[in-house]
Amino acid sequence: MDGWSRFTDTFFKPELIERYLPSIASGLVVTVEIALAVIVTGLTLGLLLAVVRTFRVSVLSFVIVIVVDAFRALPPLVLVLIVFFGLPNVGINVPSFAVLWIVLSFVLAAFAEEIFWAGILSVPKGQWEAARSTGLGFLGTLTHVILPQAIRLTVPPITNRALAITKNTALGTVIGVPEILNQASTGQSFAGNATPMMMGAIAYVLLFIPVVILGRWIETRFAWGRA
Amino acid sequence: MTVPPSILQIRGLHKSFGSIEILHGVDLSVKEQELIFLIGPSGSGKSTLLRCCNRLEEPSSGSIIVDGIDLMARNTDINAVRQLIGMVFQSFNLYPHMTALSNVTLALRKVLRKPRKEAEEIGHRALARVNLAEKAGAYPNELSGGQQQRVAIARALALEPKVMLFDEPTSALDPELVGEILETMRELKESGMTMLVVSHEMRFARDAADRVIFMDHGVIVEEGPPEKIFTSPTEARTRSFIEKLTR
Repeated sequence: MDGWSRFTDTFFKPELIERYLPSIASGLVVTVEIALAVIVTGLTLGLLLAVVRTFRVSVLSFVIVIVVDAFRALPPLVLVLIVFFGLPNVGINVPSFAVLWIVLSFVLAAFAEEIFWAGILSVPKGQWEAARSTGLGFLGTLTHVILPQAIRLTVPPITNRALAITKNTALGTVIGVPEILNQASTGQSFAGNATPMMMGAIAYVLLFIPVVILGRWIETRFAWGRA
Repeated sequence: MTVPPSILQIRGLHKSFGSIEILHGVDLSVKEQELIFLIGPSGSGKSTLLRCCNRLEEPSSGSIIVDGIDLMARNTDINAVRQLIGMVFQSFNLYPHMTALSNVTLALRKVLRKPRKEAEEIGHRALARVNLAEKAGAYPNELSGGQQQRVAIARALALEPKVMLFDEPTSALDPELVGEILETMRELKESGMTMLVVSHEMRFARDAADRVIFMDHGVIVEEGPPEKIFTSPTEARTRSFIEKLTR
């Protein structure tokens, strides 16, 4: 057996590709579902927290900063394990899919809050003054003048965080969420061959190509006029 | 002959930032249709005084009455009063994500709750008043500094204010663009607008202002018609400031 066929036999064995295609595909669907759910709730919560900080109520801001820092500091895997194996001991049983969704949403929200907050701060003070001087209130100014500018500024870093959190869906493997990595590693164990794992890797690439393209599209779409 | 009523009345205005007092009790009464120039060295408090007039800066004490409404009264809706007081900034502060027309109509739609069509009609008229009717669809970064500042003036005018405040409206402009702003201000003056202007455009002050007020160290040192302030000021501080300017 020459080197090349040994290589294809290890990573691209046709009959294994055929056998594990359905399970990898279903893993891809699960990954996409979790990722979308996490991105929607995580970004919404992150934006909400950043908006709360604009009210500059010191107690609220302090609590937000502490919580956000905690979620940014802890490895997401630690959080996943604590919630999944800890909560049943106090009588709360949360399905693994929900655990992954909630934990990743909070992690994304923590990063997104910092990004949105930085975006809000980077809008010049004169924008607030101009809007307020025309009689627009605090919330009106925030909604119509500040946030549209802040959010545009944050599209690139937010896209990065969304990609990073999507990769973290692989953590679902350790608590039995049937996402891509879980399906792939199960397949690898049963087949004693790396082909299913290679298929999983390809599935991640397939997943990220459209996301990257979407991110670029949003960046150009949200730029205004000429720079 | 009746004396025109005062549209803006400031009494005993004090403003401190921390322990530093910027305004030490300013009294000023602005008559309808008057164009008043505030001049003085930097740090004299003229911009702070202007910004207190719509409470962008919160006065520490004193009273400000605009068109009969006490700005400092507890039950005054400051957002409602601000529609009576247009403000133009040194740095234009146009909303970069909106067209010129949207800049002008935002407050009409979101504060006065006018339907889009009506707001846009008013917006087009305001832009026409500053000779920018054809730039309604342009974004701020597609406009020159002078055009941006005129859009900013239109944004304030659209709300039909009783008083217009100008905070160094030409200081951020290239010299060749200053003229168009002064021309716009002159037209505003002719249309009967009451204006309070902080600016270093002394030539404009000389031939357009009704009254020039010289401020220094947070107080009004001297005021009078431009020819008096510029040619025969009474106070030594005024004289030395004017001399520095004309040297």
